[in-house]
Amino acid sequence: MTDAWLDIGALDDIPRRGARVVKTRHGCVALFRTAEDRVFAIDDRCPHKGGPLSEGIVHGNAVTCPLHNWVFSLETGMAQGADSGAVATYPAEVQQGRILLDCARLIAGRAA
Amino acid sequence: MKRRLVVIGAGMASGRALEHLLSADPGGWDVTLFNAEPRGNYNRIMLSPVLSGEKTYAEIVTHDDAWYAAQGITCRFGEAVTAIDRAAKTVTGARGTVAYDKLLIATGSAPFIIPVPGHKLPGVVSYRDLDDTNAMIEASARPGGKAVVIGGGLLGLEAAAGLASRGMEVTVIHLMGHLMERQLDPAAGYLLQKDLEKRGLRIHCKGATKAILGTDRVEAVLLEDGTVYAADLVCMAVGIRPETRLANDAALEVGRGITVNDQLCTSDPDILALGECVEHDSQLFGLVAPLYDQAKVVAATLAGAEAAFRPVQTATKLKVTGVDLFSAGDFAEAEGREDIVFRDPARGIYKRLVIEGARLIGAVMYGDTADGAWFFGLIKDGADITAMRDTLIFGPAYQGGAQTDPLAAVAALPPEAEICGCNGVCKGTITAAIGAGASSLADIRATTKASASCGTCTGLVEQLLAVTLGDDFKLPAAQPVCACTDLTHEDVRRLIKSQGLKSMPAVMQELGWKTSCGCHVCRPALNFYLLADWPLDYTDDAQSRFVNERNHANIQKDGTYSVVPRMWGGMTNPRELRAIADAADKYAIPAVKVTGGQRIDLLGVKKEHLPHIWADLNAAGLVSGHAYSKGLRTVKTCVGTDFCRFGTQDSTGLGIKLEQRLWGAWTPHKVKLAVSGCPRNCAESTCKDVGIICVDSGYEVGVGGAAGMDLKHTEPLAKVPTEAEAIELTVAFVQLYREHAKYLDRPYKWLAKVGLTWVQQQVLDPEIRAGLIERFDLSQTVYQRDPWADRATPAAQAAFAPLADLTREAAE
Ligand SMILES: Cc1cc2nc3c(=O)[nH]c(=O)nc-3n(C[C@H](O)[C@H](O)[C@H](O)COP(=O)(O)OP(=O)(O)OC[C@H]3O[C@@H](n4cnc5c(N)ncnc54)[C@H](O)[C@@H]3O)c2cc1C
Ligand code: SF4
Ligand code: FES
Repeated sequence: MTDAWLDIGALDDIPRRGARVVKTRHGCVALFRTAEDRVFAIDDRCPHKGGPLSEGIVHGNAVTCPLHNWVFSLETGMAQGADSGAVATYPAEVQQGRILLDCARLIAGRAA
Repeated sequence: MKRRLVVIGAGMASGRALEHLLSADPGGWDVTLFNAEPRGNYNRIMLSPVLSGEKTYAEIVTHDDAWYAAQGITCRFGEAVTAIDRAAKTVTGARGTVAYDKLLIATGSAPFIIPVPGHKLPGVVSYRDLDDTNAMIEASARPGGKAVVIGGGLLGLEAAAGLASRGMEVTVIHLMGHLMERQLDPAAGYLLQKDLEKRGLRIHCKGATKAILGTDRVEAVLLEDGTVYAADLVCMAVGIRPETRLANDAALEVGRGITVNDQLCTSDPDILALGECVEHDSQLFGLVAPLYDQAKVVAATLAGAEAAFRPVQTATKLKVTGVDLFSAGDFAEAEGREDIVFRDPARGIYKRLVIEGARLIGAVMYGDTADGAWFFGLIKDGADITAMRDTLIFGPAYQGGAQTDPLAAVAALPPEAEICGCNGVCKGTITAAIGAGASSLADIRATTKASASCGTCTGLVEQLLAVTLGDDFKLPAAQPVCACTDLTHEDVRRLIKSQGLKSMPAVMQELGWKTSCGCHVCRPALNFYLLADWPLDYTDDAQSRFVNERNHANIQKDGTYSVVPRMWGGMTNPRELRAIADAADKYAIPAVKVTGGQRIDLLGVKKEHLPHIWADLNAAGLVSGHAYSKGLRTVKTCVGTDFCRFGTQDSTGLGIKLEQRLWGAWTPHKVKLAVSGCPRNCAESTCKDVGIICVDSGYEVGVGGAAGMDLKHTEPLAKVPTEAEAIELTVAFVQLYREHAKYLDRPYKWLAKVGLTWVQQQVLDPEIRAGLIERFDLSQTVYQRDPWADRATPAAQAAFAPLADLTREAAE
């Protein structure tokens, strides 16, 4: 499938060090904006007990799950420290203040 | 035969080019030099020292009349060239036309003026040449004058510092979030801002100029956010653009600047150009170093020699006396780049190196720039730094990695430095006690009273013991807040107050945080400490709050939320109950429960429904119950004298009064209260953070109870005869807890550390109590707001909803 970069919204729709979700057929994807204005997209479900990662505290390029404090790298989706597990990541970038998300896998309705 | 060279512009670049040319080929050229300014070459970058009064114009002249005379240069100063005729090979100025064999354009750049209303008023200047500088010096001569500098870049800050050193009251308005954002990262920008503020400058970042106000001349500057700054002088230093008008008119090839090749020839082989007016290989130049390289190439090209211009990296320094900063290369964050950060808060030093692969590609330094040139060399040469990576940040002289001694700061304190604030004990008293034989914390407490009260100075006293006794004293391992710092909560709280740290970047810089923006453990704690200490100055940071406080509802295990409306003192009425029932129906609430604190809990609300249900409940007069907050949760009551045959006082009424006074206050952990109307204690007051038992003769106030993981009975704080005094004691206790406790310590834990006696001394002393109450009430003027009402808006409703919905998007 060709890539499908979609304009999802303005960078300013997400607070710095905050997140918003995008609904897809296989669940929500969380879009994070870091203090440095980088944007990352990962699945919004913590592999531990399903916590909404979009509601976690963002620090550096990582987020802490709000339910039991597992920490995930936004870059790789890998759990950090003693915990093991990972969430799927999706290509996202910012151009001229707009957030572009590669939605090919998301629209297809299947998680990769 | 001498060839004719005409030069347009007597600036820094052409001055250097003429020197090279005339020394390489003396007598070969007949030179005519035009300059729009009524003077010859001077060192433009020294205008800032002229503005600040450290130098005079005479000291920055680079070529004087005698030099021009000796070289036989025809000077046409104060005469702007108005046209170039390439076919006739002439240029024309106000006083006539001159023919050339070769023409050199060096017109520099023109300052950019933002065309806001009022930009043409007298009193608005740019910062480019001696005339601008003189205008500013003249404006500063009037005592009490106010200046606004628009632009917090290199030039703007030099102008601002210069004006301030001439006694003006200066405000800098900068569009971006931090100063000099093109040269500095946010941390260095913060240090710079702090330094400048210490010198009396006012800095307004994220400020967009809307208009310059005034009738006959400038009077004030108005920003988009409505702020108005009075101004007798406005200096615009928002940027420059290459001065290309002549070249454009002459149909030379012009991009952003006049296009030149490696030999600095323009699209017309007889016309050369250099300096800020040119564009080489899509690049513009705004600093002199590359211009001086260009000058050499121009001289060579004119003399018929081989030479090619190769731009090099440039480094930046700010010429404000006493401010040490350095930046070079590229320091933006990007994939594959790594940072080495060094912070020394005690000396106000920040260094950051950016490494890509085996090379250093960027460096930002603040406070100590001694190694700047060395780092700059590594960047320019693209040197392989793999071998010295570990010690790179310490600079060329530093090999081997001795760490800064954590005790050194304590050792360096003078004897009169106050260590224990509660008892006014200074360092000298404590070291004297140690000299007299005290060898433990308990000894110090017994002999000097230091650390015997609230205990926040315990760490300091222990460090003093360690410094003075050396190996004889073992420092107990203090629990740092988190992995981002070695400091304890108590240290952090003490330092925030003593150093007047009022923002999260300030705390992280001054206290040497090891991460760029903290973590989920320290950020909520810092956010609380800052808002507790500086309610009027600090802006609460939602992104540093746990999800419950950010979303003003309790997150449940499935990611839904529970919503609890406030019922003052546990009282409600049919109208409120009806509104709650309606909301439960409308939002299909799966469970409705009465809580242990006598409130109604609506469980299982979807996040996007939160702002809507709040709006509905608000409309019925209900406000948020803060059941999710580290703050006042509930005041539980019994029915008291109104209905109960045993009741001695109006316990319900007192509960309502307490709840109305305390709600909305943020505290280190949740706080629960209860008031019982008699010792039968139907409200279970004796296991609350503050529990009041009403008796015939008055009110027994107990504190530090718990009914959670620990089960604890309250300890008696005091017994008072009137309801008003019971309220005062409660408020003072809560404020003392807010000011001293470690984040996430419930009052009973904090009480165990500081002792009931000390708490009693504080809240029972009329003067201290009044101070506590005053500070609490002040904080409430900011924080006692219903978060539901603030967020029952379309904007909040949009922010709580998904950013996009792809479920309906068709797969190709
Ligand atoms: C206050 C200040 C501080 C600075 N500090 C630093 C610093 O610390 N470090 C650094 O590297 N750089 C600094 N700069 C930048 C540096 O001064 C410039 O990069 C440099 O002067 C550019 O040289 P130039 O010869 O291209 O242009 P200029 O020096 O600007 O000279 C151009 C000359 O051409 C004249 N001219 C323009 N049009 C015409 C015309 N049609 N006819 C005749 N004459 C004309 C102008 O009047 C001007 O005198 C500073 C600049 C300023 C204003
Ligand atoms: S605590 Fe005393 S006054 Fe209150 S309801 Fe119980 S018995 Fe009555
Ligand atoms: S659900 Fe994320 S840490 Fe438990």
